[in-house]
Amino acid sequence: MNTQLSQENIVAMNGKRKTIEISGLNFFYGKTQSLTNVNLDIHEKQVTAFIGPSGCGKSTLLRTLNRMYDLYPGQRAEGSIMYRGHNILEDSQDVNMLRAKVGMVFQKPTPFPMSIYDNIAFGVRLYEDLSKGEMDERVEWALKKAALWTEVKDKLSKSGLSLSGGQQQRLCIARGVAVKPDVLLLDEPTSALDPISTSKVEELISELKQDYTIAIVTHNMQQAARCSDYTAYMYLGELVEFGETDQIFMNPARKETQDYITGRFG
Amino acid sequence: MNPAATIQPAKVNRVYQKRLLTHRIGIALSVAAMAVGLAFLAWILVTLVIKGFGALNLDMFTKSTPAPGSEGGGLINAIVGSVMIVALSTALSTPIGILAGMYLAEYGEENKVASVTRFVTDIMLSAPSIVIGMFVWAMYVSTVKHYSGYAGSIALSLIAVPVVVRTTDNMLRLVPNSLLEAAFALGAPRWKVAMLVRLRAVKAGVITGVLLALARISGETAPLLFTALNNQFFSADMNRPIANLSSVIYSFAMSPYDNWRTLAWGGALLVTFSVLVLNIISRTVFSQKIPN
Repeated sequence: MNTQLSQENIVAMNGKRKTIEISGLNFFYGKTQSLTNVNLDIHEKQVTAFIGPSGCGKSTLLRTLNRMYDLYPGQRAEGSIMYRGHNILEDSQDVNMLRAKVGMVFQKPTPFPMSIYDNIAFGVRLYEDLSKGEMDERVEWALKKAALWTEVKDKLSKSGLSLSGGQQQRLCIARGVAVKPDVLLLDEPTSALDPISTSKVEELISELKQDYTIAIVTHNMQQAARCSDYTAYMYLGELVEFGETDQIFMNPARKETQDYITGRFG
Repeated sequence: MNPAATIQPAKVNRVYQKRLLTHRIGIALSVAAMAVGLAFLAWILVTLVIKGFGALNLDMFTKSTPAPGSEGGGLINAIVGSVMIVALSTALSTPIGILAGMYLAEYGEENKVASVTRFVTDIMLSAPSIVIGMFVWAMYVSTVKHYSGYAGSIALSLIAVPVVVRTTDNMLRLVPNSLLEAAFALGAPRWKVAMLVRLRAVKAGVITGVLLALARISGETAPLLFTALNNQFFSADMNRPIANLSSVIYSFAMSPYDNWRTLAWGGALLVTFSVLVLNIISRTVFSQKIPN
């Protein structure tokens, strides 16, 4: 019955537009294989959460979606990741263009050593030639999107490093949003934040979902349950179960998933 | 009642006492080492101030070095010469050093040329400066057949470049990967990440490296004896032999004339305090933390 339900879910999901289709994905750190045959679709303007114990490959999976692993020799991915109909794993893919479309926010806040304004403008300047007025508008827009505008509007020329941890993280989200990407990848975006900043970032995620496709890696099960529409449970480099978040949390098809989300394991 | 309760604390205490003793010996040795170092520094500074203070007057900054047997005189020709030689050398070595340091930090892990460059830089760092002076004399001075300020700047640059390369390389490698990834994640090409994010993150440290190199070459004497030589008269022509503080100190300090020896002490005081001020500036004004 359960499997039939999830079959139906998959059919229902397929009705929605897919932004990214991952199929037969294997990933290697040198000789060590850390992802095995992952098949997964990420749907447009939905939040997809990756959960699982440390080392299960969820961050690795996220980092294949913008080919961040390319920076490190010896890391490679096999299989296919179709992003809007084009396999981004092909050598011909321009990784800079890909990353401009598929933005990423990291676990630790990483403000650039420059003013708050320039932190936002940095990415925009890479691909757009805006006038001063247009750039001012864009910076304000991005900071408003990230719910940071009221806190920083009077100190845009101050260093991004002068902000608190929670503000820095929202600055990084604003920076990612400012380039108007298509997809946002969030790699444990709240694990270094206090509960108040965390709830602000979570509100932000629901807000951003209106415009962006979001994939989030999280260690926090409640966060996955609260914020996401789809959840993927991963273990030892394999995708154990994937489905709508409600179904995964209320009625998981696999016992391993059940054990993990109820805290009996991991 | 419970024997463990009475024995255990005594045993722990013995371990703790031993650790405390080690701690105290360690601190005592460190303080002693620091005291010895500082005592010599203080001795040098006090001697310089006492002996050099007499030369510190307006003449020192307005008159040129005196002829043998004449009264008074100053160091203006040497001050100007030193500033010109060091300034040109800094202008030459800073861009080369920073760019080479960036190259090492970017490609040092993956590339044979870079690891050889890093190795050679380390050797150059400890190369005796007299060897460098002799090298420039053989390669440049003996080719153009005259000593010159330019030759002096070249020799000093050869000393400064490895210092700048090493500090730039070291500082850049302190930048966490997470910061670089964040920049790459926006779709920035590698050169922009290197220039606008990585270098900027450690700007203060790199400037400190440049200032330290500047301080290092300000006091060099041996390479200048082979290259810039000296000049008794005021000259701002870098293509001719040019006076400089370290050569003047060298020749005046051992002279039989009182006013010459006083000027040598004055010059030494000037050089030392310039270097001291540069060091203090580089360590305070430009000291900052690396992000994350």
